[in-house]
Amino acid sequence: MRLSADRILQRLRKADGSAQASFERRITVGQFLDTYGIILALVLMVIALTILQPKYFLSVENLTNVARQTSVNALLALGEFLVILTAGIDLSVGSLMALSMVSLAIAVHSGVPSVLAIGLALGLGLLGGLLNGWGLTKLRLPHAFIPTLAMLNIARGITFLISRGVPISGLPPEVRVFGSGDIPIIQRSDVPVVIPVSLVVVIVFYFAFWLFLTRTRTGRHIYAVGGNPQAALYAGINVDRVLTLVYVLCGGLAAVGGIVLAGRTNSGYPNAGTGSELDAIAAVIIGGASFFGGRGSVVGTFVGALIMGLLRNGLNLMDVSSFWQFVVIGVVIVIAAYTDVLRRRSLRV
Amino acid sequence: MKVNTPPLVEMRGISKSFGPVRALCQVDLCLQRQEVLGLVGDNAAGKSTLMKILTGAYQPDEGEILFDGQQVRFLSPHDSRALGIEMVYQDLALAGNLSVTANIFLGREPCRPAMGRLLPLLDERQMDDAARNLLQKLRINIGSVRLRVESLSGGQRQSVAIGRATAFNASVIVMDEPTASLAVREVGKVLELVKSLRGHGVSVILISHRLQDVFAVTDRIMVLRHGTKVGDKPTAETTMDEVVGLMVGARGDSLEEARAIATAG
Repeated sequence: MRLSADRILQRLRKADGSAQASFERRITVGQFLDTYGIILALVLMVIALTILQPKYFLSVENLTNVARQTSVNALLALGEFLVILTAGIDLSVGSLMALSMVSLAIAVHSGVPSVLAIGLALGLGLLGGLLNGWGLTKLRLPHAFIPTLAMLNIARGITFLISRGVPISGLPPEVRVFGSGDIPIIQRSDVPVVIPVSLVVVIVFYFAFWLFLTRTRTGRHIYAVGGNPQAALYAGINVDRVLTLVYVLCGGLAAVGGIVLAGRTNSGYPNAGTGSELDAIAAVIIGGASFFGGRGSVVGTFVGALIMGLLRNGLNLMDVSSFWQFVVIGVVIVIAAYTDVLRRRSLRV
Repeated sequence: MKVNTPPLVEMRGISKSFGPVRALCQVDLCLQRQEVLGLVGDNAAGKSTLMKILTGAYQPDEGEILFDGQQVRFLSPHDSRALGIEMVYQDLALAGNLSVTANIFLGREPCRPAMGRLLPLLDERQMDDAARNLLQKLRINIGSVRLRVESLSGGQRQSVAIGRATAFNASVIVMDEPTASLAVREVGKVLELVKSLRGHGVSVILISHRLQDVFAVTDRIMVLRHGTKVGDKPTAETTMDEVVGLMVGARGDSLEEARAIATAG
């Protein structure tokens, strides 16, 4: 829905008080659709896939599986979204996830209590993010690409070093629950409905960050830094602190993803997450965020991750080769990004 | 005119160099209450530098600043803002992806406690109401304060930037080329706004290349050339030709001669 500023002003000149209120509502709706139109895309896709595979696609079992499989990417995508909002990027989330996962496994095997081991894993993710942020704000490396690319390599190297290149299997149940636990909802024998704990983790974090980004001062500042960092500076916002914060949070979420993945695979393996950063970025872009920063929503990112997960799942059910899935995902990314281009063009008054 | 009331802003003997470049040399500036002062000069005359010193973005090498008769030191834009000195930048410094309300309150968003004071949340309703009242008070016509700034016209954006400067009890507003990139119709509206600010008790320093605008809204005009003050006259007592002459030194006067003429006249 494209609204021309001139048409709006014309209508306004004839407006009285009550028309003003409905006009305001229409503006907000227009902007709302702009951001959340991606949900329409999701719905259309679900309808299409249901038509193509009515027996399996919309089944409880299948959807629950999709939820389990998509949760890790959803968590990484959430962190990546924060960073892309500031017109940055984090190429290290896959490596940080592996580092957290492997450290968790090693710690647990060394007798560290589970809670502390999880804390260690989170701490490593946060620390990695902090170093990324400092690379950008203190070393003034020209683009976030560089420190995070360095971290991708450094974290991966450290992961291989501490694990000696081999997976470490066997985790206690209180750790496994995050990745493979299920919460029973309906106990009927033929169609038991469960909610995976990993989905709950995703929903909790997404809700928390939605609240953070849309309802708090710092969240608003993140959008401002993404939209116009110079304006944010003049407004008295500590731009460096905001930038460092998003990278720290991104690293932390990578660690959460690592914990969930460790739970699901009952291990910590050093190869984990190779290439995951690109899937995370894809989910963010499909969800409607702009690479130039300042635009996008938490809901959009969730939908983006969902679209990727459902698309892969649907293509699997249709027996489409997983190689074709790569091609399809690539095309979807272009479509999503091009929609952003069209939107920007329509705004040029 | 009472002689005892000190000027609102006084800058005395301001000098500033950047390495070997002498940007400002012993410049004096005087701004009265509820006065619109035009600051003109050719490129690199030192207008922006002088204003950046006033707002605290730069520190002067020599000279002092007095606000309401008291000497002050501005170490950062925060300090000048605390005294009510606001700046409207040439590029407006607005975040296009945010709403009008969000831009007006950028960096100073009021919050309300939620979850028993644990979680400070943005007070959207208070901000929206305040923004609407502000625009109404300044007679700025924008459909909705929820509109993203990027969907506004150039003149509307300028109005939002000016509105933002007035939103926090400013006593002095510095405007850097506010009409430079506006359509003809929009220029008139912005100039109206500038004139109305005086009625709201705000003094304005207007930097502009467009002398017709300067003559339309200012009470006094100050001319800088090559970092030196060469003219300071009430608008009613000078002409555009004279001002241009002072700006470019058309009469072949040296800087010293020009300054002598300016201070004598």
